[in-house]
Amino acid sequence: MTDLTSLTLAEARHRLKSRAISSVEITKAHLEAIERSGGLNTFVEVTADKALQMAEASDARLAAKEAGPLEGLPIGVKDLYATEGIHTQACSHILDGFKPRYESTVTANLWRNGAVMLGKLNMDEFAMGSSNETSYYGPVASPWLPPNWSRDRGRAATLTSDKRGLLTPGGSSGGSSSAVAARLCLAATASDTGGSIRQPAAFTGIVGVKPTYGRCSRYGMVAFASSLDQAGPLARTVRDAAIMLRSMAGPDPKDSTCSPTPVPDYEAAVGRSVRGMKIGVPKEYRLEGMSSEIDALWARGAEWLRAAGASVIDVTLPHTPFALPAYYIVAPAEASSNLARYDGVRYGLREPSADITELYEKTRGKGFGPEVRRRLMIGTYVLSAGYYDAYYVRAQKIRTLIKRDFERVFADGVDAILTPATPSAAFGIGEKVSDNPVEMYLNDVFTVTVNMAGLPGLVAPAGLSRDGLPLGLQLIGRPFDEETLFALGETIEQSAGRMTLPEPWWA
Amino acid sequence: MSVDLTTVRRIAHLARIAVSEAEIPHLQGEINAILKFVEALGEVDVDGVEPMTSVIPMRLPMREDVVADGDIAPLVLANAPLTEDGFFVVPKVIE
Repeated sequence: MTDLTSLTLAEARHRLKSRAISSVEITKAHLEAIERSGGLNTFVEVTADKALQMAEASDARLAAKEAGPLEGLPIGVKDLYATEGIHTQACSHILDGFKPRYESTVTANLWRNGAVMLGKLNMDEFAMGSSNETSYYGPVASPWLPPNWSRDRGRAATLTSDKRGLLTPGGSSGGSSSAVAARLCLAATASDTGGSIRQPAAFTGIVGVKPTYGRCSRYGMVAFASSLDQAGPLARTVRDAAIMLRSMAGPDPKDSTCSPTPVPDYEAAVGRSVRGMKIGVPKEYRLEGMSSEIDALWARGAEWLRAAGASVIDVTLPHTPFALPAYYIVAPAEASSNLARYDGVRYGLREPSADITELYEKTRGKGFGPEVRRRLMIGTYVLSAGYYDAYYVRAQKIRTLIKRDFERVFADGVDAILTPATPSAAFGIGEKVSDNPVEMYLNDVFTVTVNMAGLPGLVAPAGLSRDGLPLGLQLIGRPFDEETLFALGETIEQSAGRMTLPEPWWA
Repeated sequence: MSVDLTTVRRIAHLARIAVSEAEIPHLQGEINAILKFVEALGEVDVDGVEPMTSVIPMRLPMREDVVADGDIAPLVLANAPLTEDGFFVVPKVIE
């Protein structure tokens, strides 16, 4: 019998529908895989009982021919989504014990369509990080072994709390990416403020989609930077990501920034011809000192699209170099405002004091980790009297210029833009922790422009580095044209060949 | 631009985050590294450019001005660390 955890979401859907397998069977197979994967530290809460209840209900609906689009499919949920009565802390100490009394719209949509929840996934604290090292629940290890490591050496490292030497699965959606690549769930929800879906996808050899801003409701997602945050899926194939996004997306009166545009059938776009499409390659993404293998991967991606009948042209996005610095003003500024709600009064951690200001300060001093604290302080500074215009307003003007760059390229008839996903393959846990936080921030150099302009972006695995680690390519589309990205992403996936994910050395 | 130690203390207080005196110099270094990184923005000519307010052009939806829910005080208070008689409890704030 094929291992049920190795099926794609689409294959599992087919077998469930034909009743070759049951939801309880495939859910149990995943729960067992999760149990053996403790060393990766992907799940912060496993909801086994709930999963089995949901699976039984799904089996009943499948038998009654009342199945929803995701009926019986077990998935993981990033700890940033409010799930009623279940651990929701965005992996922060300050939300200790928080169990929301409501459900996020995105997860509610998934359950409405029949999906089964396996549990909550590890992440960088409040989604602030690029390596899943800022989580209060400790770092997540990638299922990819470092070059030349034996299984035993890998296993020994998973038993340490700092997991030093193992590879990071990226961040902030590191629990989601690691769990999907390790086949602990068929797919997972993730979120992306500056690259938090796409960089982890690239690092673990899977597919990640950050939809257009407003495509998914943000209701019930723990807020980081409200003008940049967007929900999206991580999955093992382009088709699986399309299936997930269709269920996650959609209008929501509870989020005034959520688009009323109906959700197309994204899966129908998978396999659609890309002949005649015009693909832009922006010269500004060719960074000084960029590794030759990233450059070669990018050229290969362009060649694949050309071979499929698309034309590839050079384009210019002149404000690209300013996107990352502008992001590190806008995102912390919004975060400092959003995270003001954690005051020790309404939920989570509380450090008692006889004085209200001291209660706030002590609670927040203890509850926030170093990266979150750093960003809140930067945000507070750039919004403070005398600096608001020089920093915040200037950054928002630059954001307008970044968006205009894209609009110009799309107005010239370009259907999508092709770029590398990350400047390198995955790095080691502990490798980029230094006195200069900017070193870590540079991970998002290719992804952050997309959030700044509100556009959709898809990352698909495109090959391996010299060291045998996965590398991804990014496609950037017009607002609300995710379908083109799915069509092009499928072309890349077909041309590159399905990524062979690592055998479970950790189990 | 860079921040001095006094400014770091002031920011920490504005952000309502308790920071020990020993951590201040370290935080100063990190904040200054980020401020140095964003200095590049000064090069950009932004004359006449409107600051972005909404990344996707969309009219803010309106709804009927009616009460849609309520009477859920127990749910609102369910996660509070300290409550009494249906209220959040805080240290005395009025003399």
